[in-house]
Amino acid sequence: MNDLIRQSAATLAGAIARKEVSSEEVTRAHLERISQVDERVHAFLFVDPEASIARAREVDQQLAKGALSSPLAGVPIALKDLLATKGVPTTCGSRILEGWKPPYNATIVNKLHAAGVVSLGKTNMDEFAMGSSTEHSGYGPTHNPWDLERIPGGSGGGSAAAIASFESPLAIGTDTGGSIRQPAAVTGTVGVKPTYGGVSRYGIVALASSLDQAGPCARDVMDTALLHSVIAGHDPHDSTSINAPVPDFVAAALNADVRGMKIGVIKELQGEGFQSGVLQRFNQSLEILTELGAEIVEVSCPHFEYALGAYYLILPSEASSNLARFDGMRFGIRVDDGDDRSVEEVMSATREKGFGAEVKRRIMLGTYALSSGYYDAYYGQAQRIRTLITRDFVAAFSQVDVLVSPTSPTTAFKIGEKLDDPLAMYLNDIATIPVNLAGNCAMSLPIGLAPEDGLPVGLQIIAPAMADSLLYQVGSALESALIDRWGGLLISEAPSL
Amino acid sequence: MTDSAANGIDQDLVVHLGKLARLELTDLEVEHYTIQLEQILGAITSISEVAAADIPPTSHPIPLENVYREDIAVPGLLHEDFVPGAPSFEDDRFRVPRILGEST
Repeated sequence: MNDLIRQSAATLAGAIARKEVSSEEVTRAHLERISQVDERVHAFLFVDPEASIARAREVDQQLAKGALSSPLAGVPIALKDLLATKGVPTTCGSRILEGWKPPYNATIVNKLHAAGVVSLGKTNMDEFAMGSSTEHSGYGPTHNPWDLERIPGGSGGGSAAAIASFESPLAIGTDTGGSIRQPAAVTGTVGVKPTYGGVSRYGIVALASSLDQAGPCARDVMDTALLHSVIAGHDPHDSTSINAPVPDFVAAALNADVRGMKIGVIKELQGEGFQSGVLQRFNQSLEILTELGAEIVEVSCPHFEYALGAYYLILPSEASSNLARFDGMRFGIRVDDGDDRSVEEVMSATREKGFGAEVKRRIMLGTYALSSGYYDAYYGQAQRIRTLITRDFVAAFSQVDVLVSPTSPTTAFKIGEKLDDPLAMYLNDIATIPVNLAGNCAMSLPIGLAPEDGLPVGLQIIAPAMADSLLYQVGSALESALIDRWGGLLISEAPSL
Repeated sequence: MTDSAANGIDQDLVVHLGKLARLELTDLEVEHYTIQLEQILGAITSISEVAAADIPPTSHPIPLENVYREDIAVPGLLHEDFVPGAPSFEDDRFRVPRILGEST
């Protein structure tokens, strides 16, 4: 098989299963690609080639014995660096965890291991997943493979860039306000935020526990469906994990049919603030969906305009509590230790040195929103908005099967462009945040390049909670129509690096 | 000392928040965060105008209920699992700075 790095995970898994190629060969090809391009892309924070090759050999042996049956056996993957990996550095993009090796694996990591998926390493991210550009990593930014001077989105910019630069066919991301979908949109890849509780959060370093959800990243819809099916399912270690059978996402992706389906366009997510090329590609996709037999209906979600405000109170509130555990006592770095220092002094010095600017900003914001005298006006009010947004979704889904919007209001911006303007940065997530507040599921898939800058544009499909299969059905229908037009995936247009 | 804004953000409050959050902020950071928190909160105050008090708050997207399991002992982490990740470890315990006010 030629050009192993450009194949889909499904193709690679098939070839490995048929013994046309070994997992070791596939893994070596991707490690070789990483060594060639990652100095420029900086998608990875940690790679251990020997460990990856050793694991690939093990998988090859298990496959030879017939001891492994999984749709992704032998295929390599990149893991966002907030997944706990036993004995393997896990930093969350933060200096406060520099050098820390977790004593246990996240459930997702165990599931991937059991499925014979081979880890290539850990990917870069905005520190503790706070950001939309991966510029807030404590270890330097990741670069967008489409234009190395631009951001790859965030917080999962490392995972998206690893896929877009053909360093890995698959990656795991996490999505608290858009951290899987927005990076997918700006790198021309596919990313899915599953229904809240659909994938275990055990061993994922928490940002905002009522919003966080891990999900699959890949270059096409079928690969995300395959990966989703491997990582999904109930986990007794996660009390918020949904105890219900996992739907057949692969069957849904094969059922690429939108005939008779009602697809809602969210009125509030298409006008002001959206780049013209983004809207142009979005409207073309609506025409394609109509040609495929879907009915496009405009729906109004009047409270979405308050989603950003509610999110930037709820997220910092939860984050400021969750990040209290990083106190320099049990793990990570410790600063200014000494017999003459009190525990408060050591904690404050450690957190001051270990956390970056955006993390401190959000901890301060959350501490404020939760403090006595302000709680009702901010956090309490934000939770009421959350109810109204959920009601907007319920009303919309009583009229349509799925909703669509542009994933991100703009294409990838230049590194540094919005770094000192937190409010401008927060606007990147305007279309993705409502989904996290309500806990339902969504996918971003590439729909073309914006004419004005030649950069990828993503379309977001939103489905009700527990209806993730609809994402794969609609996503694969639109994707196959676009492939027919383009003669291949959009990502094949990306620069070769 | 900056003027106190509608949401109460001034440098004294930012210093106080830093103490609550265990962040040893520099003077420059206090100055920056005072401006930025004011800007961010200013941009999102519109939410106070929308939801009436009779709207129930949502703290979580799915109904949460307590999860129980059988009370069966299962193997947990061993000392040797987390010693390498600890900043300071002594006599099978995490070594921490003094936690009481009196000097040593």
